Amino acid sequence: MLNFHKEHKNLVLTAGGVFIALSILIAILPAFQMQETQPIPDEQPLTAHEREGLNIYVAENCMACHTQQVRNIEMDNVWGNRPSIPSDYFYSKKRMDFWRQSPSILGSERTGPDLTNIGKRQPSEDWHLLHLYNPRAVVPASVMPSYPWLFREVDSAFMSKDAKVVAVPKEFFNKPGKKIIASYDALRLVDYLKYLKQTEMPSGDIDDFIPALKKIQAERAEGGNQSLDGAKLYSQVCAACHQDTGQGIAGAFPSLVGSAIVNDENTETLIKIVMQGYNARTDYGVMPPFGDQLSDAEIAAILTHERSSWGNDSAPVTEDDVAKVRQYVEMELNK
Amino acid sequence: MKNCKIIILLFLMALPNLLSAQEKITTDNWLSSPGIIGTFILIAIVMIVAIIILFVKLNGYIDTMKRRQLDKNRMAFDDELVAMDGADIDAILEKRKAALKYKLKGDELSGGHAAIDEKGLIQRVEKDPNNAFFDEKKKTSLSLETPQELKKIVIYYIGAAAFWLVLGTLIGQYLGMKFLWPEMDYQSWLSFGRLRPVHTNMVFWGWSSLAMIGLGYFVIARTSNNNIYNYNWAWYAWRLINATVLLGSLCLMAGINNGGGEYREYIWPVMLLFAIGLVITFYNFYKTVATRKISEIYISNWFILASLIWTIVLTIIGYLPFYQDGLGETVIQGYYMHQGVGMWFMTFTLGLVYYYLPSALNKPIYSYSLGVLAFWTQMLFYTMIGTHHFVFSPLPWWLQTIAIVFSAGMVIPVVAGTTNFLMTMKGSWSHISKSYVLPFFLVGTIFYFVGSMQGSVQAFRFTNFVWHFTDFNVAHSHMTMYGIIAFFMWASIYAILPKLTGREPSQVFVGAHFWLAFIGLFAYMMSLMAGGTYKGLSWIDGEPFIESVILMKPYWVWRAVGGSLMFVSHLVFAYNFYYMVKGYAKKPSATQKVEEITV
Repeated sequence: MLNFHKEHKNLVLTAGGVFIALSILIAILPAFQMQETQPIPDEQPLTAHEREGLNIYVAENCMACHTQQVRNIEMDNVWGNRPSIPSDYFYSKKRMDFWRQSPSILGSERTGPDLTNIGKRQPSEDWHLLHLYNPRAVVPASVMPSYPWLFREVDSAFMSKDAKVVAVPKEFFNKPGKKIIASYDALRLVDYLKYLKQTEMPSGDIDDFIPALKKIQAERAEGGNQSLDGAKLYSQVCAACHQDTGQGIAGAFPSLVGSAIVNDENTETLIKIVMQGYNARTDYGVMPPFGDQLSDAEIAAILTHERSSWGNDSAPVTEDDVAKVRQYVEMELNK
Repeated sequence: MKNCKIIILLFLMALPNLLSAQEKITTDNWLSSPGIIGTFILIAIVMIVAIIILFVKLNGYIDTMKRRQLDKNRMAFDDELVAMDGADIDAILEKRKAALKYKLKGDELSGGHAAIDEKGLIQRVEKDPNNAFFDEKKKTSLSLETPQELKKIVIYYIGAAAFWLVLGTLIGQYLGMKFLWPEMDYQSWLSFGRLRPVHTNMVFWGWSSLAMIGLGYFVIARTSNNNIYNYNWAWYAWRLINATVLLGSLCLMAGINNGGGEYREYIWPVMLLFAIGLVITFYNFYKTVATRKISEIYISNWFILASLIWTIVLTIIGYLPFYQDGLGETVIQGYYMHQGVGMWFMTFTLGLVYYYLPSALNKPIYSYSLGVLAFWTQMLFYTMIGTHHFVFSPLPWWLQTIAIVFSAGMVIPVVAGTTNFLMTMKGSWSHISKSYVLPFFLVGTIFYFVGSMQGSVQAFRFTNFVWHFTDFNVAHSHMTMYGIIAFFMWASIYAILPKLTGREPSQVFVGAHFWLAFIGLFAYMMSLMAGGTYKGLSWIDGEPFIESVILMKPYWVWRAVGGSLMFVSHLVFAYNFYYMVKGYAKKPSATQKVEEITV
């Protein structure tokens, strides 16, 4: 009947036909099904600026090294509070324009960190700009490329008022009378990066991560986070700017070593800065607030670490201290 | 001993349960749970051990049988000795004494006469071989009568491919060095993100695809005993595909990227040129096969025709926009990137091997039926496994599970293909040391098995756990696209070009190409596999991310070293290619009408 060995027409039609049928089953139908997804109620659509930023993200092909998917396995918990779900991509994964398709932001390679929650993890615009200008200015071991073409070198004298100056440390840029300012594209790209935050689920209940290690599993079972690792939290949350050495980056982020505020006996100002952010010094970048992101216990652990490391030698900060300040701050806000 | 074995066996069976005991116990997806899959593997190990034991036992039994037979013979011999009389024994001993005293005079082989080659058997006398340090390989036996037009097409396709190979891997090498010196340049169009897809697409659509189609033209014409249906069409497709790679690379460097999905980075107007090129090629091949001068369609043509039609379908599905919003795009991405490799490169290349390997050995393929089995299972299993690039992702769990299960099913076509190639080579192993073509085939075949199986195993959830997102993936794709596809391409090119042009490359240079490419690939692969594993383990341990970057540095150095060797080998290959085709057209060649055979 179908003599494939002699009938070329049957051969080609069968091979083509079966392949098309299988493709419809395994690719096209599931794709249509996934397209039906609705957004999470609180999910924010991208603003025009953020969308421009996404276009730059794609043009520079950031997806070559950065993923945007929190997998449902334990090790991905550092990239987000919950595993990613199809709805998370409702706004960002749309066809870009007539020429270009919906961007493949999920990625397949994690040469750099996952960016699902980068807007929350790293809310500081100054940090992002300096990092884009030269990643090694903030993360010495980084292998990410610099993006100098997103920045301009201008004479300080002829700078327009609304230009965004990037505080670049001397080792990376040192020309007297010149400043580095962020281009429109750089600012849009940072807008997009700051937009990247995991939306909270309305019901609050989320899928669990599949555990990885018995060790972690055992720690959980023993009544959870009885001893938070301040050093680890510090290196995850703070070290990007203040560095693992605590010395910050001269000209961009202040040093914590021997700092009067860090080592003050009265910890109120210190806790307040972490919670509410800080923008009192023009010679340094702006510090974003972390009050919503970190719990009292976590803030206490980080501060205790700061006050007892790199030669600092001050009393630990307790969870109660932080709770008090938080109460006070909230009271002040509600006034 | 028996008891011990049973205990070990029980322990192995229970191990996965022990390991996964702390997981939340659910019965959903039980088949896909790592424990179950692990169990399957362990059972397989036990089975393999059992088979080994069985073989050892059988071997022992056969040995005893043999020994018994020997003893019997020895006894018979003893009896014979005893039965002999004295005079006979003396005669035998005398003869032996004379034999032991014999000495050579030294001129037994030469004699006193001058050497004359009366029958004209000696073709070449060599007093000082030109490469005293290497074993001389056998020369290509004969030149094939091929129409001049076809020769030109094959040579130009391979020539363009060689050009893209050198350029594409130069870019790849540059990218590899950027891991060590991220500040190598400050040009936007040379930045890592933009250049990476330039490298991958250039070696995909430029090098591999053009080389495959060029070699395919010869196979289609030869195995159909026919002239190519339309020579002009071949040239249109050649121009279109080269234009695709050129325009696509320029677009990417300018920051015009379709969306960053791997191998889908060219925007649609560019990729459309490639698709048209494919349609033209398909129609040309199809018509040539349709008007063939023999009744059977050779198995190579099955693979080649199917891979063309599958890739045309694939490109259309990959670029149509109707179902690509949200994660729809991700489903298609998994499907597209996997099929691009499996249905295009792998299928087409297998088709080429089914012709060039037996023809290089001058014998038929081991089993035609195995080839047919490999063909249909390739279509059935390969198509289903795209989502294994997105295990643990937000894509539906069932889709991931299908991908994992069918990845395991890939064993069938892979084993069928590997067996077929190895059995074809069997009995001709001595040719490996005598030929400069067969080592390429052998390495390609071994990588076909190892690379494909490794890919299947990597799809399992646990292995994905450790390796996904790490540099291990990069190692895997080089193991397959380079170890399999590129090595088979070179094997075929070295097998056919000298026969077309009558010029053989220097064997030292072919050897240099082979060893540089092979050692380079090995260094590249091993360093990234080891580094990738450590990277994955570092993530599982919850260490800060930057630690995983720092720990990769020595492995990236070795990757760059391996990459450099590979690149140098391509320069050697380009020279060999130049040498083979230089002035080929000036050689007189008999372009006769293809002989008609009707069966």
